[in-house]
Formats: sequence, structure tokens, C-alpha cells
Amino acid sequence: MDKFTTLTGIAAPMPLVNIDTDMIIPKQFLKTIHRSGLGKNLFDEMRYNADGTENPDFVLNKPAWRGAEIIVAGDNFGCGSSREHAPWALKDFGIRSVISTSFADIFYNNCFQNGILPVVLPQDAVDALMRDAGHGANARITVDLERQVVTGADGTEYPFQIDPHRRHNMLEGLDDIGLTLAKSAEIGGYEQRIAQSQPWV
Amino acid sequence: MSASSAATPTGPRTLYDKIFDAHVVDRQPDGTCLLYIDRHLVHEVTSPQAFEGLRMSGRRVHSPERTIAVPDHNVPTTPDRAQGIENPEGRLQVAELDRNAREFGVNYYPMNDVRQGIVHIVGPEQGWTLPGMTVVCGDSHTATHGAFGALAHGIGTSEVEHVLATQTLIQKKSRNMKVEITGTLRPGVTAKDITLAVIGRTGTAGGNGHVIEYCGEAIRGLSMEGRMTVCNMAIEGGARAGLIAPDETTFAYVNGRAHAPKGEAWESALAWWRTLQSDDGAHWDKVVTIRAEDIAPVVTWGTSPEDVLPITGRVPAPEDFAGGKVEAARRSLDYMGLTPGTPLTDIAIDAVFIGSCTNGRIEDLRAAAQVLRGKRLAPNVRGMVVPGSGLVRAQAEEEGLHQVFLDAGFEWRLAGCSMCLGMNPDQLAPGERCAATSNRNFEGRMGRGGRTHLMSPIMAAAAGIAGHLVDVRDVQAVSA
Repeated sequence: MDKFTTLTGIAAPMPLVNIDTDMIIPKQFLKTIHRSGLGKNLFDEMRYNADGTENPDFVLNKPAWRGAEIIVAGDNFGCGSSREHAPWALKDFGIRSVISTSFADIFYNNCFQNGILPVVLPQDAVDALMRDAGHGANARITVDLERQVVTGADGTEYPFQIDPHRRHNMLEGLDDIGLTLAKSAEIGGYEQRIAQSQPWV
Repeated sequence: MSASSAATPTGPRTLYDKIFDAHVVDRQPDGTCLLYIDRHLVHEVTSPQAFEGLRMSGRRVHSPERTIAVPDHNVPTTPDRAQGIENPEGRLQVAELDRNAREFGVNYYPMNDVRQGIVHIVGPEQGWTLPGMTVVCGDSHTATHGAFGALAHGIGTSEVEHVLATQTLIQKKSRNMKVEITGTLRPGVTAKDITLAVIGRTGTAGGNGHVIEYCGEAIRGLSMEGRMTVCNMAIEGGARAGLIAPDETTFAYVNGRAHAPKGEAWESALAWWRTLQSDDGAHWDKVVTIRAEDIAPVVTWGTSPEDVLPITGRVPAPEDFAGGKVEAARRSLDYMGLTPGTPLTDIAIDAVFIGSCTNGRIEDLRAAAQVLRGKRLAPNVRGMVVPGSGLVRAQAEEEGLHQVFLDAGFEWRLAGCSMCLGMNPDQLAPGERCAATSNRNFEGRMGRGGRTHLMSPIMAAAAGIAGHLVDVRDVQAVSA
């Protein structure tokens, strides 16, 4: 998994509350056999008109936010279906961090599996960062995982909380598989014991 | 979490406790465990990204010999299957499984192998599933394998990749729930009626956070096929897994299967398997007891598996429920096109589906054929029998069951998941109403706008003859 230490980038404002995973990546794109390539269909039904042309009013279609790496979002981002295609699509588009007052639990977990940092901040902090995000490249936001602070365009720092194990894994770029493989000796030991006691397994 | 969840329990233990403890590779102070996985079943829909993940990170499959792949969701069940899959996306998913299975060297039953079938039927049939094992698959109906006294449950795609790469899963212990079915089933009442009746009692969230152990005289009296039907739907009751302690019925089923232990290993395995039962005094977080004599042949009327009623009942009204279920019932009745107060036996059907990982085994086909022998489907009712595996199909043909189905007007199909989830062309038309032996009556499950009534194979067969839902006990004298 990609490491996440510090990210300074353009943030896209999406104040809508309850942005669900169906909005993030609609079901017709789940038939893919890849994790990659979903970025073009991120927010598909909001982003494109019925005839396939871009909806010019959607934030990620506007010149100021086409290169966004951060989303500042309304409450309860990522609710609904457990589809891991949602973080896959965000990452493929280039989003590495989402800032909101709250996230749906499964989506929150899925983000960590995919190197995307979800940051929970109080309402007033999200409001301030939402205003920054509205200025596009003129008000870049910094997300610093090491120091656990988000820095707004005016230099205001907003500290955030995160599970120490998750923080460690993100900083080191470790995923669950990487961590479990670090216990290869224990797994091998278990397999040796079983080969003796239960050779039929 | 129960008090015993974090540490290794030292007192009396449940069957679930014993299997869990026996597979712990590493246990953290907070109770997070690394659990060894004995069998990993893989199908074409939830595995492509997991294999792609391995490829991208340069990892191999840790234990290809413990990994078993078979395509089932997308496969056509029509005789022209050998010509390939028409739908390009379904075709690609199966082609990918083919490539991944061969490239990573896992055990594989390709689409046109006679042993191919629904992954949850193939695993036990080939002797991959054994008592005391941990079994996972990227599919919620993995619960089926619990019938052998194996800890078996569904996982997500990231976890599929985790198991492929490490042969382990990161897990916290679930709670223990006992479902006891006392006494003896009445004639015409089957394993399907047991499992539906339990969900009707506990609700679809009743098992949340729990592993269920089914026990009691009525469970002991079931064949392995029946036990698989019961455990298959543990997930519909919200449970992580369902379990039945292994006994002589289990050992007799397993003995001689292709991948079951032989000779000395068999004796050694048997000695351990005989210890796999819950200890007296083990702690249960939840207990449900149902008298087998109180279970009637049941059907579902709504769009949740908990919408269960005896066939002698009437369609309920939304006001019969409380809380959020009132609105849910209203929506269900509207979707199902039913009027409150209608006798269930007045509900006319358009289709019968016999098959799925719930009821696609040889015993299910024998039971349905017994009801159908010498009879015909009612006019305007179409019927489809989809054996759960190529070997089930071959066995049925050897017994002449296929001729009974064909004579009754059914289509006799090749093995696969088929209409149960409609990922292949086998689907209901909008508004079409089906008596189905499958496991989910969700809106659109068997096809957009399709209406599903879940029931046992003999009830579905009887409904096909009558042209409407019917009490199988009124159709003919049936034996349990």
C-alpha cells in the first residue's frame, strides 16, 4: 500500500450530506474485474449527463478542481453499500484524503485498506476548510498525518484524532496483508504443528 | 462480546469456541486474532480483484493446495454451455477465473468439467469440507459448510486477497447462539421449513454478531443434505456462521470422498472429529428453542426471508407489525402484488425454480420428483430444475429423476447458481411469480420485478402442479 505522510493539494468542496457509495461509484461499474480504472466513473451520475457529456456544474468538472486530491465533504460520507469499488474509484481519480465531520464505518475501514486518509474534524473546522476548498488552487490545504493536523490556507491548524495502529500502518505504507506476512514465522509454525497433528487438513 | 471472547477460554467450551481456538495463529491483547484458514473456496465474481492484487504486489497464493476455484454465478445452464457464455462481462469473469486458477496453481473445476457446480455444493461433494475446519469464500452462503461442524463464513474481496496471500484472516470472536429444534418433524415438513421457521422467529437480524449452533433431536435426524440446507440460511438470520456438530451421519457422508482422509489418517481424523461438540455447561449468549412438532410447511409472503408464514396462513396486513416493519411490509406487499387477508393457498404462480446452494442437492431432487411423479405442471406454469453440480445431475439421471421432471413439463438444466440470483440469463420477467427453493426473496433478486416465494422442494413441486401455493400435505401423503 502507498504510504501517507503529508499531502498538500487542491481540495474540492462537496457540502452535500450523506454522499453514499452508490453515488461514488454506481452499480453498473461493479462488473469490472479490476480495482483500477474506476476513476473515470467516480460520481458518474452526478458528473455526467444522460448523453455522456460532462455536467459543467459538477465540482470535479470545473477547471479549478480537476486536479483535486482532497475532498471536503458533508456529514456521513460513504454511507450505504460496502463496495470497495468506492475507495478504488476515489484513489484512481487521484483523491488521497477526505475530510468530513463523520464517515460511514465500512467506507472508513475500506479507505485504510487503500491508502486514502479519512479525516474527522468538528463542524466549524470543516466549515472553514470548505470555504478554503471553494478557492481551489488559491487556497491549498495540507493534511499532515505525522503531526495529526490539517492546515488551512490561512495557516490555521486543525488537530485530528486517529487510531494509533491505523496511523502507524498508513505512515509505514503497511496493509493488513503486509502486516500478516510479517507474522510468517507464526503462520509457518502453525502449519508445521498441523502437519504433524492433523496431516489430512 | 461475551466475557470469554478475548482470552482462550479454559472452562467448558462451545463447538465454535473449540474450532476457533484450534485455528488461532496469533492473539493480540485486545482479542484480535489471526485465524488459520483450512479451505478457501473461490468463484468468478468476487475474486478477480483479489488475484489482480496479488499480481500487482508480486505475491503468490500461500497455499494453492487449500484453495478451490469453480465458476458458478455466471455460467449458462442451457445445453449449449460448451459453446461459451454470450454476455461479454460474464464471459470475461469466467475467463479470468480460468486464467487465475491455472496461473496460481489452485485446485480448479472448469465450467465444462462434470464436477463443476455451485461452489457450496462442490466443496462438500469432493470432500474438501471436513469437520473442524475453517472454510471461507467470497460469498455469504459459505455458511452451508457449517453442516459438517466446520467454521464457515463469507468474506469481502480484500479479505479474499488476504487469505490468498497468507492463508489467514484477521478476526475477532463472535458470540455463541444455540438454536435447538426438539422432537420430530411432522410429515411434509423439511429442513427448509426448519431454517425458514427459525428466521421467522428470530428475524433477519436475530443472529447478528453470533455464530449459531443448531442442535436437538430434529437436527440430529436430518441427512447431510438437510443439514446443509439449514446452515445455508444462517446468514439470512444475520449470523456470521451456522454449525452442526459432526456425528455418524457426517462421517458416513465424508468417508470415501475424493479429498477426505484415507486409512490411518481417517482414523486419526475421526478421533479428533468425535471431540467436536459443545461441552456441558458451555456459555451461550442467546438460546432459541423450537418444537419440531410446531413447525408446519412454510412459505414466504414478502421480500425479506423473515416474512415467513405457515402455508395455512393468510397474507398479513402492514398494521399487523410494529415500528419500521409497518412501512417495510407495505412496500413488500406492493412489490409482491398481494392483498392482506388473502389465503396463501390462493396465490397463483407463474414459475417454479428447483435448485440453488440451498436446495440443489440429490435429496432435494428426489423429494421433488416424488411429488411430481406421474403429474404435470399446471398450464401457464413454467418449471426449471437446476442441479447443484454436474455430479448431482448425473446421479439424478442415473436414478431416472430427470425423466420425472421432463414428463412433468420442467426444463432439465446444467449446474449453476442460475435463477437464484439471475446473474446468468435465467431470470424472472417483471411481475412473474415464482415458487422457489432458493434463499433470498429480495426485490429484483431473481430478475427485475420478479416475485419470489421461498419454500421447500416438495412445496415448490406441489405448487407447480396446483398452479398456486398449496399445502403439500393436501396434495399427497408425504413422508418426512
